[in-house]
Amino acid sequence: MDLLGLLGLDVLFKGANALRLLGGLWVAVRISLISVAASIVGGMLFGIFMTWKNPVARVVSRIYLEIVRIMPQLVLLFIVFFGGTRALGLNIDAELSAIIVFSFWGIGEMGDLVRGALESIPVHQYEAAEALGLDRAQMYRHVVIPQAVRRLIPMSINLVTRMIKTTSLVMMIGVVEVLKVGQQIIEANRMTSPNAVFGIYGTIFLLYFLACWPISKLGERLERKWAS
Amino acid sequence: MAEYLPLFWQAMLLTLRIGWVGILGAIVLGLLVAMVVHFKVPVLRQIAGAYVELFRNTPLLIQLFFMYFALPRLGVPISAEACGMLGLALLGGAYMAESFRAGLEAVEPIQFESAQALGMTRWQLMRHVVLPQAVTLSIQSFVANVIFLLKETSVFSAISLLDLMFVAKDLIGLYYKTTECLVLLVIFYLIMILPVSILGSYVERRLRYGSFGPARA
Repeated sequence: MDLLGLLGLDVLFKGANALRLLGGLWVAVRISLISVAASIVGGMLFGIFMTWKNPVARVVSRIYLEIVRIMPQLVLLFIVFFGGTRALGLNIDAELSAIIVFSFWGIGEMGDLVRGALESIPVHQYEAAEALGLDRAQMYRHVVIPQAVRRLIPMSINLVTRMIKTTSLVMMIGVVEVLKVGQQIIEANRMTSPNAVFGIYGTIFLLYFLACWPISKLGERLERKWAS
Repeated sequence: MAEYLPLFWQAMLLTLRIGWVGILGAIVLGLLVAMVVHFKVPVLRQIAGAYVELFRNTPLLIQLFFMYFALPRLGVPISAEACGMLGLALLGGAYMAESFRAGLEAVEPIQFESAQALGMTRWQLMRHVVLPQAVTLSIQSFVANVIFLLKETSVFSAISLLDLMFVAKDLIGLYYKTTECLVLLVIFYLIMILPVSILGSYVERRLRYGSFGPARA
């Protein structure tokens, strides 16, 4: 057996296997891109909602945040995927369930980050802006948002990588993403390439790493740059 | 619903058994790695750095698949349960290491210098001055990591461990008891994680750094 066969990498070059694997990766990336976009927009609104002093708003957001904090994402996926059909009579397909759950989770966490960033800005910044005669829009545009964003971006980047990693769970409700495709390739080549487990799982491990690592590094760099 | 309770109970015990060994392993591993990185031990430091980056930037599920399906082909037979413990310890170790390291880094240099000026040995310095502060500084992310690891145990069913997710999915598939199973699933995860979350907030409040230094934003 040559080196590729020994490492189980030969299956990657059989047929369209490499392309299929990348296609599976694209499904995972698509789910995380849509969910991240929904989380950013929804999280901004939810974050502002959480800064309200209204007691009802506080209780609602508190419960929402605790659910997101305590329930494993896989449980939420089960609830939407299996329970959604049962309780609402809706036929929610697996990929849409994944997007709903990831957005629900992302909006909660992102909202908490936005709230933290908004509340971290000292009152004197608002007062100084008013003293300078800035109107409300100008105050947000030139004083509050630039400072809030610097706190927000590094932490939300961390959320993005967590979301990408969590897409690996969607195979468990039947989405054919990169891990599922990998399993199928391993199964189909069990006889001809017994070492495919290494090659395929190793490749997927590397793919996830290559997707997340640069993003984490960027987040760390921005955090250091803006910390002072 | 009552007839399923024993099944869910057993499943929770299994998760807890794997979970506490895994989390304990993660704490030990995390402390070791944080020390190696903080004291810049040559060679080991590079290995530790690579380990932390690799395990923090990949999902637990693929790590478990690699251990569970690929290791036996290398002649390392590993049971699903051991695999779960090992996977959780390795993943958690990387996260814990980051949180301890950040805690160690956040201790001001003047604390080291003062302790040295008082004539403390290296061990006394760590034991009485640095570690108590580093622990309180990293307690918040430590608690978050424990909760995160408990939540991550939900993927164990993928390597055919009979955990809560496995039981729920099984019963939904067999008897179509969707609503009952989902309710039980939520209740059992609450039983498992809510106490940790409450205890964590309590410990966080008690050990707040602000009690002996400037509050941190």
